[in-house]
Amino acid sequence: MRPFEYTRAQSTETATRDAAGGAMFIAGGTNLLDLMKLEVMAPAELVDINRLELDRIEETEDGGLRIGALVTNSDLANDTRVRRDWPVLSRALLAGASGQLRNKATTGGNLLQRTRCLYFYDRAMACNKREPGSGCSAREGFNRILAILGTSEHCIATHPSDMAVAMRALDAVVETVKDDGSTRRLNLDDLYLLPGDRPDRETVLEPGELITAVVLPAPVAGRQTYRKVRDRASYAFALVSVAGVVAMEDGRITRADLAFGGVAPKPWRDPQVEALLVGQTPSEALFEKAADQLLAEAEGFGANDFKLPLTRRTLVSVLTELTQEART
Amino acid sequence: MPIIVGPNRFRSGGMLPQGSPLPAATYGTLHAYHGLLLQDRINSETFPVQTHLTINGTQQRLELDPRTTLLDALRHHLGLTGSKKGCDHGQCGACTVMVNGRRINSCLTLACMHDGDEVTTIEGIGQPGNLSDLQEAFVSEDGFQCGYCTPGQICSATAMLDEVRSGWPSHVTDDLTGDAALTTEEISERMSGNLCRCAAYPNIVEAIRKAAEKTA
Repeated sequence: MRPFEYTRAQSTETATRDAAGGAMFIAGGTNLLDLMKLEVMAPAELVDINRLELDRIEETEDGGLRIGALVTNSDLANDTRVRRDWPVLSRALLAGASGQLRNKATTGGNLLQRTRCLYFYDRAMACNKREPGSGCSAREGFNRILAILGTSEHCIATHPSDMAVAMRALDAVVETVKDDGSTRRLNLDDLYLLPGDRPDRETVLEPGELITAVVLPAPVAGRQTYRKVRDRASYAFALVSVAGVVAMEDGRITRADLAFGGVAPKPWRDPQVEALLVGQTPSEALFEKAADQLLAEAEGFGANDFKLPLTRRTLVSVLTELTQEART
Repeated sequence: MPIIVGPNRFRSGGMLPQGSPLPAATYGTLHAYHGLLLQDRINSETFPVQTHLTINGTQQRLELDPRTTLLDALRHHLGLTGSKKGCDHGQCGACTVMVNGRRINSCLTLACMHDGDEVTTIEGIGQPGNLSDLQEAFVSEDGFQCGYCTPGQICSATAMLDEVRSGWPSHVTDDLTGDAALTTEEISERMSGNLCRCAAYPNIVEAIRKAAEKTA
C-alpha cells in the first residue's frame, strides 16, 4: 500500500473541505482498502468519515425512509421497516458479499464501489478506467462477468452492487453535500455516468461532494423480489440480477418497476420495458416482448454472450413469479 | 512520536522506531517504494497515528503507520497471532474478529479507523481448559483438518449465532419478517464468508449446529 495522509473527520464541513483538496473519503473501506493494497487506487490522503453522524435510518414525512450514508449493509438489510415495506432492498443486500463484509460496508460506499472487472484489478493490463487512454483489455479478453448494455468501445465493465439495483427499482434519491455547504438530490440514474470515452468518470459527484443519505420514497403496492444469478450459491457477484416491484389490478399489470444488475455499467432500468408491460395481461408472450425490448441494443463480447439469454430468462422468470403471486 | 500534520491528521510512510516489528502491510511493496522510504529514512522521522483499542478487555495504546490493518496490528504489534492472514483481501474470512460485537474481516480495515473500539479475537473467546461451546463442538465434531481457518470460523460463528438470536434473516430465509430456523442451508449461507480449503464444511456445520442447540 502506498503511503497516505490520514485524517479523522470531525464534521462534514472539514471532511468535504479536505476532499475538495484532493483527499478521498473512507468509510467501511472494504473495497477501497482492497484496491489500495493492489495499488489500483493510491490516494495521497484519506479522510475517515466513520465518526460523522450519518449512521441513522429515519422515517421521512411522506412515509419514506432516509438512510444515512454510513448505515452498514447489515443494519439496512435487517431494519424491520425495510424488511416489511421494501423487501427487495433487504433481499438485494442479503444476496451480496458475506456477513463480515455487510457488517462493515456502508450505504454510501456500496453505491460508489468500483467494478470487479479483472483487468481493472490487474495493473499489468490495459484498462481505460484505471488508466485513461491505455485501452481496454476486456473487450477481447476474459469478459465472462462483464456488461452487455450501456458499454462503449472504451469500457465494458459492470457496476457490481446488488443494493443499488434494488434502490434503482425503488426510485431512491441520493442526497449530497459539497464543501461550500450546498446540497443536492440525485436519482440513481443521474448519479451514475455511462463509460463513453471517459470510463474513469463513474459518477457526477464533484471533488469534495459527500453522499450523506439515500432516501426511499413511501412504499408502493405490489410484490417485490430480487433474483440474483451467479456462479456459486453464495458470496459471489451477480452475472445477472433483477429487482422487481410489480403490482396487478383486475388481472392487469399496473406497475412494473424493474432494475437490472450484472449487465451494465450502472444499475440498469429501461422505461420502455416498463411501459410495454403496464396495462397488459401477463403472459409469456408479453414477457418475451419485454425481454426483446430490454435487449434490443444488448451486445456480447464473446465470453459473456450467454448473458443475453440469461437476462431474458431471468426477466421472464421474475415477471412470471411476481404476476402469479399477485393473482393468488 | 506522532507527527501531527494538522488536527487529527497523520501521515503514513515513515520509519518505525528501531526494534519495532515491520508492519506486514508493507511486505511485498517495499521494493516498489524504496526511493520513497529511503527519503523518509533520511528524514529519520516517524509518522505513526495514535489509536486506542480495547482488545479482549485490555486497553491498548498503539502508535501505528496508518497503513496498518487491524489484522497486522493484532498479529505484528500485539502478538495476537490467533487471527490468521489467508488472502488479505476479505475473501477467505481467516482474519475474522469481532469489533463492538460484530464480525468483520480484520484485513480489510485500518487499525486507526477503530480508535475507541472493542475488539474480540479468538484469544478472547476461550482458553485451553475453558473452551467456548463452539470451540468444544469444533473439537467433538472434528470441524477442521489443518486448523488455519478455524479461529476465523469460530469468531465468525460466535457472532453469527448472535445475529440469529437477534432475528437477522439471511439470503435463504423464506420469510424476511419471521425467525429463521438454523438449518444446514442457513448455516452454510451465513458462514459463506469463511472458506476452508480442507473442505471440513460438513463437520463445521455440525459443530455450529451442536453449539447452537447447547446454547439455545
